Amino acid sequence: MPGLLTFSRDGVAYIVVFALAVCLVCSVFVAASAVYLKPLQVANAQIDKRRNILQVAELYQPGDDVNEVFNERLEPRIVNLETGEFAEDIDPAEYDQREAARDPQMSVNVPRGEDIAGIKRRAKYAEVYLARDENGELSAIILPVHGYGLWSTMYGFLALEPDANTVIGLKFYEQGETPGLGGEVENPKWRALWDGKKVYGEDGEVRLSVIKGAVGPDTPQKEHKVDGLSGATLTSRGVSSMIHYWLGERGFEPFLDRIREQSESV
Amino acid sequence: MANQATKVLTDPLFNNNPIALQVLGICSALAVTTQLATSLLMCAALTAVVACSNLSVSLIRNHIPSSIRIIVQMTIIASLVIVVDQVMKAFAYDLAKQMSVFVGLIITNCIVMGRAEAFAMKEPPMLSFLDGIGNGLGYSLILIVVGTLRELFGSGSLLGYQLLPLASAGGWYEPVGMMLLPPSAFFIIGFFIWGLRTWKSEQVEKADYQIHQVHRTEVM
Repeated sequence: MPGLLTFSRDGVAYIVVFALAVCLVCSVFVAASAVYLKPLQVANAQIDKRRNILQVAELYQPGDDVNEVFNERLEPRIVNLETGEFAEDIDPAEYDQREAARDPQMSVNVPRGEDIAGIKRRAKYAEVYLARDENGELSAIILPVHGYGLWSTMYGFLALEPDANTVIGLKFYEQGETPGLGGEVENPKWRALWDGKKVYGEDGEVRLSVIKGAVGPDTPQKEHKVDGLSGATLTSRGVSSMIHYWLGERGFEPFLDRIREQSESV
Repeated sequence: MANQATKVLTDPLFNNNPIALQVLGICSALAVTTQLATSLLMCAALTAVVACSNLSVSLIRNHIPSSIRIIVQMTIIASLVIVVDQVMKAFAYDLAKQMSVFVGLIITNCIVMGRAEAFAMKEPPMLSFLDGIGNGLGYSLILIVVGTLRELFGSGSLLGYQLLPLASAGGWYEPVGMMLLPPSAFFIIGFFIWGLRTWKSEQVEKADYQIHQVHRTEVM
């Protein structure tokens, strides 16, 4: 490098040029690896998401081929949240709810007063998954939910029994809460507490919530209550709000009403 | 040359182990060793980063202005860690997700910068590369020992295969819960260092001071 040697090695000009060159070379490597490996990472992320969907409905055994079980057991459907009807004109394979929530055409603004889950914008259509048993009967309804905790938007899935009221499970696949405190939303022991809880009270309102402290045998309405996460009041509150929003009338309630009507009419 | 190459490659295993003798890079040795699979992945990641950072730093060692040499090393190491992280997310997604921040924290692993500053800044590229591999292997040796013991006695399995049937699943083995907690790694590393220094007694450090012998007459 004769050009560089004309500078003195400890001169300011040399140092600046050298630093720039190092940064340039490093950024080329970083950018190249990010761009080149992106398709593989996207495929992995999709498998991970599908595995979470299967796990929340208790359909996944370790060692299963995720895509195979997913295609066999689950039927992705797009739901119009306004009417609760299936939107037949949208291909579930092409639809990305998170992208749609950013698109002004495809989403609605959530007014401040209603935005208990802190999501700001909500896609008009949501991707739900229907699980069927061997006889083709509906066995689980899996709904995507998300909402703000303490630090991050938590993304997860809620699985309900075909009665559209009893919870099978709740699982988060992406969250950035404090590890060991709010991050315990991923703890299997806490997740197991959701199994069998009821979402709606007799009046049809969403009653399911995370309380402060533990649910004891004498807790009133304990079928609607889940233990709070100790040291994570705001995360617990975020989970509650998320459930209230997404299962309420602005969320999946119209859709769940329809499911219930259908199963009663059969 | 060949002699020297063997020496830089094998010395860090027992004679100059980065964890056991230099006591560097302990944090990640505690964090990722609850399972053997994550330990192995961490070993591969760290070895790749040390070897490549040593090679790159050594290649440009005669051109780095001394006033910014540390930050130049940091930049190179940080870029390599991002690349390794991306590769892991593409090819070992599940394990990478379990290891979460600890891949990124390779940047702060003292072994990487320690070797760049202490070895690669003075020695030619090939030798530096081998030194990186050697130190990565020295680190790996400890991680594999710790990971094997912790997974075997903590969960009764190795690489996910159940070797000792757990009492909770109808077997006879009651897992040692302590093994899954970070302090157990401290104990295992401690015992390892003890064993190593009994075998190679020249590694025992000299006491910093001598306890003064008190004689009866002085007290009186």
